[in-house]
Amino acid sequence: MLGYITKIREISERLLKEGKVDMVIGFRKGTVPMMNEPCVVKNPENVKELVWDSNCGINLANYLTDRKEKIGVVAKGCDSRNIVTHLIENKIKRDQLFIIGVPCKGMIDRHKITSMFAKEIKEVVEEENRIIVRGDDYEKIFKKAEVLQENCAICIHRNPVIYDELAADLVEEQKDVDRYEDVRRIEAMPAEKKGNYFDNLLSACIRCYACRNACPLCYCLTCFVDESRPQWVGKSINPTDIRTFHFLRAYHCAGRCTDCGACERACPMGIKVREFTKKLEKDCFELYGWEAGMSLDERPPLDTYRPDDPDFIK
Amino acid sequence: MSDWEPKIVAFLCNWCSYGAADLAGINRLQYPTNIKVIRIPCTGRMSPKFILAAFGKGADGVWVSGCHPGDCHYMEGNYYARRKFTLFKNLIEHMGIEPGRLHFSWISSAEGTRFAEIANKVTKTVKNLGSSRHLIKKINAKVD
Repeated sequence: MLGYITKIREISERLLKEGKVDMVIGFRKGTVPMMNEPCVVKNPENVKELVWDSNCGINLANYLTDRKEKIGVVAKGCDSRNIVTHLIENKIKRDQLFIIGVPCKGMIDRHKITSMFAKEIKEVVEEENRIIVRGDDYEKIFKKAEVLQENCAICIHRNPVIYDELAADLVEEQKDVDRYEDVRRIEAMPAEKKGNYFDNLLSACIRCYACRNACPLCYCLTCFVDESRPQWVGKSINPTDIRTFHFLRAYHCAGRCTDCGACERACPMGIKVREFTKKLEKDCFELYGWEAGMSLDERPPLDTYRPDDPDFIK
Repeated sequence: MSDWEPKIVAFLCNWCSYGAADLAGINRLQYPTNIKVIRIPCTGRMSPKFILAAFGKGADGVWVSGCHPGDCHYMEGNYYARRKFTLFKNLIEHMGIEPGRLHFSWISSAEGTRFAEIANKVTKTVKNLGSSRHLIKKINAKVD
């Protein structure tokens, strides 16, 4: 993936110089290791800021909502699916976008790496298939496959589904991946155990809403957590409020979530918030044969119906 | 807790299940008084927030009822609702709410008897489960 940088810069420079776009949204190097940050390049001279490596887990579709300009956007597989979702939901128009498709080989899990070291990580260097982590007095080498984000390890749509130009050749999609192993594990538990499992999972939540803010699907002008008349969710860290928040946040993503992992990556407490959205994703796939963001022509599952839908109601 | 009675919130569609409740009353059919009815214009109006708010404020069970698929007053409201409910129920039970706290049914306005039957069934199921623990918001006096 490292070779992509030159190509991304080249395309961006050309687009900006020719005036085809007003800005290019991509990534630049972050100030701390493993945290590349989104950046907006408006001047062709600044395209050298753009980078691409395995720390670009943030979903850039998040920055396209309701924009009026012409935008070039760097999109890996999941970003492109979220762009499709944005297009379906009329959050941006197709002719405003120039999508620079990036075939993705997975992002590395910063929570996993940070938790393995007690001391501060000073530098993380990436080579093809190897990740080298360095601190003041230590160095450790990982295989990239060992430290992939969980959603990347089970990703079956690494190539962008929609693009105007590719930054590299398409990569081979992963086959024979069991996408829902963890969901099935929880489904098999009795109700009591499920309740405890999620209580434990959420006990660390501080209600910072990072998961919501990182999510490209969460673009409501007034989020339900900010509504006050009536107030649906209390603002405290009362366990019920936390549960209600996570439940509704996930439910709002039903049939739209592409499992890009931005929420989980953003969580400062390392909560596996994807456990909620994945259940919905699995149900949408199994009941309605739906995978979010794969086609511009199909309506999302909660915006349509079939008279012969599965009916659990008697 | 033998004298304990559950609180059940019922969201009934104005055009059918609410009428069925009326009909049950006119026919003098008995059904439990645990059920507190909230009238909604259509099951398509249901938001997951309503159900969570009911649980949060202390309901032991929630029951949502509307027109049979195909008979919606607004042509297709209950078809959309059906998809929403399916995902909602699956997710909330995935999170550890006992199956049986949350009920859905289709009852037309002519089915007074059926309304009474289901009301009895819902109340019995919720009663057997005991009081709700997971989603009720308790005021906690302890301050850390």
